[in-house]
Amino acid sequence: MIPLSYYLVVGALLFAISVVGIFINRKNLVIILMAIELLLLAANMNFVAFSHYLGDLSGQVFVFFILTVAAAEAAVGLAILIVLFRTRRSINVQDLDSLQG
Amino acid sequence: MTLASLNLWVIAPEILLSVVACLVLLIDLFVPADARPGVGYPLALLALLGAGLVSLMGLDSGSMTALNELVISDGVGAVLKAGTAIGAAGVLIYSRDYARARGLWRAEYLVLILFAVVGMMTMIGANHLLTLYVGLELLALCLYSMIGMQRDSVRAAEAAMKYFVLGALASGILLYGMSLLYGLTGSLSLAELASASGELAPTNLPLLTAVVLIVAGLLFKLGVVPFHMWVPDVYDGSATSTTLFLSSVPKLAAFAIMLRLLAYGLGEWASAWQDMLAIAAVLSISVGNIVAIAQTSIKRMLGYSTISHMGFLLLGFLGGTTHGYSASLSYVVIYTVITLGAFGIILLLSKPQFESDTLNDLKGLNHSRPGLAFLMLIVMFSLAGVPPTAGFFAKLLVLQAALENGFLWSVIVAVVMAVVGAFYYLRVVKLMYFDLPDKDDKVLSTAELDRGSTAVRWVLTANVLSLVLVVPWIGNLVDWLTRSLGDFGRL
Repeated sequence: MIPLSYYLVVGALLFAISVVGIFINRKNLVIILMAIELLLLAANMNFVAFSHYLGDLSGQVFVFFILTVAAAEAAVGLAILIVLFRTRRSINVQDLDSLQG
Repeated sequence: MTLASLNLWVIAPEILLSVVACLVLLIDLFVPADARPGVGYPLALLALLGAGLVSLMGLDSGSMTALNELVISDGVGAVLKAGTAIGAAGVLIYSRDYARARGLWRAEYLVLILFAVVGMMTMIGANHLLTLYVGLELLALCLYSMIGMQRDSVRAAEAAMKYFVLGALASGILLYGMSLLYGLTGSLSLAELASASGELAPTNLPLLTAVVLIVAGLLFKLGVVPFHMWVPDVYDGSATSTTLFLSSVPKLAAFAIMLRLLAYGLGEWASAWQDMLAIAAVLSISVGNIVAIAQTSIKRMLGYSTISHMGFLLLGFLGGTTHGYSASLSYVVIYTVITLGAFGIILLLSKPQFESDTLNDLKGLNHSRPGLAFLMLIVMFSLAGVPPTAGFFAKLLVLQAALENGFLWSVIVAVVMAVVGAFYYLRVVKLMYFDLPDKDDKVLSTAELDRGSTAVRWVLTANVLSLVLVVPWIGNLVDWLTRSLGDFGRL
């Protein structure tokens, strides 16, 4: 049987990859959206692993809700991306500078 | 399990609002285009006021759980739910003329507000990490869409994207923290988390990791300093009617999520999170007030002002005492009323082709519209915390609570920075009363002086004047809020 820590390491790796993907990425907004999905998957990985090893189903139920929310979030994110592309013809992160932030 | 044991009465306001939101969408399909908002608007308004009343009815019925302990209704939940519903009704009233002139006044706008209120109520009534998370996401997705609704605006699209990416990152971090917490305690229910706390020391490293991730996610959502980058951009880039909504009512829900998750669920581990909150509070009071001085846009300035006010809100959470939480509750309620007034005035000043959102647009306002200038004066005094207004008592209470809990250094920094903050609030007053308007100023051109509809002006006046008129009874208000808070289910 695979020990719990293996799953947790995979979850932590996914989490790290997605946070790095959001902060280091300077080129493409689509990659940021992908990184956000990965972030939710990292949490899902943890929930399912813990749920299995604790013998408690509620963690897996939570995962269903997270998957649903992730789908809704991707839809809203892509819609905003399309609005953004229509108004400025670019999805480069560095072009997002009309608000001095 | 029977249907009666689900205890659906507890979530009656949420059910009412969800049904009306679907109705508004459906009606939109069958009503001719020119009559659409005319039907949806009164319906949404009535539903919000009705939901507020229904929530208030649960005020004295003690705390009750429903849906297998997923949600809870208690005094503080009733007050906050009523506050969000009535506040959102105020948002609808204020933003109608502005949104209509900019083509934003569609059924979707009403529906998004209604669903956002449902999300906030779910957060407020959450007794389980699942409801907490789903409510948070429902609110956040509605807010992203509301900002993005202004499709022709480059700035709004950019604000929506920034808010979306940072908001999604924040909820991802929060969720990862929740997953670790689940692994440590084996439970997702806040009540079980609160009772499991005896088994783990607050210095336990995995527990600390989970708490840090959860606090970071919450602070992101609150817009407190190390995680504040999105606040000014989103406030500035959105249409003012959207800024009005996202700056006012969601703060009540933000307080609720802090109360439920940190004060209740993680309450026994307060020593693990209160130092982080203390540093974040002090930093955001300082940075918010200092950077606000340099702003030329009112919306941006109020964005930084929000950052500092959220810092004050956190002061009440230091120490983890019920006294402190009730101070924060009073603060957030009064702050929401002030913000509604502030953005309501800016909305009333704008015209179909003119935003009126820079500080220069306020020059000489006293000459053209003395009544509105006076209301703005009260709002600014309240934000600064000048004595005869409710804003002063709000600040006094949180500072007192932080002092009692032994956070002297944060109180000193907060008071000094409140003085710095008074500078930019009073600058607005100076611009309105002692400066002459610019030559090409559009605010003054009396030919197109649009005074807004009478009802809107009455509501706005009542909203702002309440900040002063409530002062003789401020003790009763605070007592009432403290009583409603009670022990919020703590063991």
